[in-house]
Amino acid sequence: MNRAPLIFLGIFFTLAFSWTGIVLTNQLTYGKLQPIVDETENKSYPEQMSGLAAQGKLVYQDLGCIYCHSQQVRRPGFGADDKRGWGDRQSVARDYIREGRVLLGTMRTGPDLRNIGARQASRDWHMLHLYDPQITSKGSIMAPFAFLFETRKIVGQASPKAIKLPAPHTAAAGYEIVPTPRAEALVAYLQSLKDTYAYAETRNVFVEPAAKTKTEEKK
Amino acid sequence: MASTPNLAASFDPATSPDLVKRAELSEIDASTKAPALFFLISAVLWLLVGTAFALISSFKLHTPGFLGDIEWLTFGRARSAHLNAVIYGWSVNAAFAVSFWLMARLSRSVLRHSGLLMIAGAFWNIGVTIGITGILIGDSTSIEWLEMPPYATPLLFVAYALIGAWALITFRFGKSGHIYVSQWYLLAALFWFPWLYSIAQIMLIIEPARGTVQALVNWWFAHNVLGLWFTPIGLAAVYYFLPKVLGKPIHSYYLSILGFWSLALFYNWAGVHHLIGGPVPAWVLSAGIAASFMMAIPVIVTGINHHMTMVGSFGALKYSPTLRFIVFGAVSYTLTSLIGSLMADRQVSEVVHFTHFTVAHAHQGMYAFFTMVMFGSIYYILPRILLKEWPSAMLISLHFWTVVIGITVYVVGLSIGGIKQGLEMNNADIPFLQVVANTIPYLLSRSMSGMLMTIGHLAFAVNFAWMLIRPRASQDTAPTLFQNPPEMEVSR
Repeated sequence: MNRAPLIFLGIFFTLAFSWTGIVLTNQLTYGKLQPIVDETENKSYPEQMSGLAAQGKLVYQDLGCIYCHSQQVRRPGFGADDKRGWGDRQSVARDYIREGRVLLGTMRTGPDLRNIGARQASRDWHMLHLYDPQITSKGSIMAPFAFLFETRKIVGQASPKAIKLPAPHTAAAGYEIVPTPRAEALVAYLQSLKDTYAYAETRNVFVEPAAKTKTEEKK
Repeated sequence: MASTPNLAASFDPATSPDLVKRAELSEIDASTKAPALFFLISAVLWLLVGTAFALISSFKLHTPGFLGDIEWLTFGRARSAHLNAVIYGWSVNAAFAVSFWLMARLSRSVLRHSGLLMIAGAFWNIGVTIGITGILIGDSTSIEWLEMPPYATPLLFVAYALIGAWALITFRFGKSGHIYVSQWYLLAALFWFPWLYSIAQIMLIIEPARGTVQALVNWWFAHNVLGLWFTPIGLAAVYYFLPKVLGKPIHSYYLSILGFWSLALFYNWAGVHHLIGGPVPAWVLSAGIAASFMMAIPVIVTGINHHMTMVGSFGALKYSPTLRFIVFGAVSYTLTSLIGSLMADRQVSEVVHFTHFTVAHAHQGMYAFFTMVMFGSIYYILPRILLKEWPSAMLISLHFWTVVIGITVYVVGLSIGGIKQGLEMNNADIPFLQVVANTIPYLLSRSMSGMLMTIGHLAFAVNFAWMLIRPRASQDTAPTLFQNPPEMEVSR
């Protein structure tokens, strides 16, 4: 008896089932999610990323930052994302609709970066941290990215972009350490990461009762 | 008990009573020789490349300054180079070789026009080389399991189409009327992979879907590469070699059917459990969690089937290298799958998601299960296509013990470290840098186990190369076993 056609049909329909359920259904139900226009601010959210930040995102991708840093905040009460200051609210699907490539990530060898721009706005901090994470975060296991910087001889005026490193990283006399355009772009991208706008769907999020009473006690 | 003479016969083809069948099998094996060798040599070379990148990445996680100034070896790139080298280089090449060798044997069909298979193999390996070079020079897509830049993937697709078509043709022209369970798994895997791969390429890279639909496509693809490509091929090999080496039939035909269809039905929904807590519709996650739990059915059924086949023959583990690797792989499959089902639970995921526990789990699946099964298969296949024996039983033994101890330390160490990391990460009173510092001992244990596994891979590669270059010895009539079973001494 030749069962091959029957086996093939089964093989086909099982994958068709999950493809329809996971891929197609979701593409149809929220694959065309639109930005929200806030009339009081006359802006649409999520905001479009600046050109420099978009370039920085490419640097983020090419260096593989995603393999240690997620970009998704879990709801309060599920994990400690909110208490660690990684975001005031959970990430929602609408936060990502302007991104050509969505970098949710699955590892937190380092902290979540979805709101790094909100909690760490300083360009200098980011520059030092990228140059050698030990300068700002002693004991970090993050890779150093000194190769995104250039040590060059000061000709005439020192560059205003040069970074001021503490010992023992300080440049030799007459030299300065300047971020390359890739470092500038990457930092612009990191500074741009903040999901602070409250959409309708983020206002009614289930919060574990225990967490709620704690915040109320503080009030 | 008929199994005693059969056991010896299955270790040593020369003692097989059925000469006609043997002649036919030799002809089939011979027809697979050139392409199988090509894929296996490529696989072993990629294994070494992947191992080197693995060690570099592992060292970098506890000693970030290690090779820190070399941009192309920064952690994010070296780690992705490792993944792609061991997945698309080692695992897929080995899977191809094992698949069409099994398909040819089970269909009782010689492999026709194997030259075209070699061209496909060349395309595949050039594609992987370009892809990994692309990752190292900074063209990675940063999509997990699909890091290779878009200029490498068309080559892979063409190669795959040729190879998949070849296996189907071999199946179609087969003389065997009966379709053995291994063939179901192989046919399914060969059909599922291009579907998964093309949808993922289209919806993530060519015409990216909007927002987190991408994440769903990504994990539908990435988990199914494991579940619907590597798992079926690994299980096909277990279903073939276990009874083959033991010289007795698989325990239950009906359990094989149940195992196959429940896997086909449930596995392909399970992948979205990687997004638990993430910004995707909650119902999809619930469906994924349910499917992950249901995976216990195929896993337990398959586990029982394999175990019952082994019952009464555990003594054979003393002798046969193939059996030892395959049994270790099959046991790991059961363990890793059950752990995987547990990890899909929301409360468990809350802790272990985003931690090194996931890394341990991935290696238990891809290494302790799949790679071990491939090692076992290669130990069986190579002597039959080269008509020579493995030069050194000592090297096989070294290979076995280093990788078994290595992967066990790896999985246990990182699992404990990962749970600890997850619990501490969910306690905001512990500073993040303290959580990081507490993982370092476990990351060190991973590097140690990695070095041990590297020794094993080198032993395997040396034995493999030695076997290729050494002349066929006329006294080479007995297979290389860890030790000769007593009944075989009698039969000779």
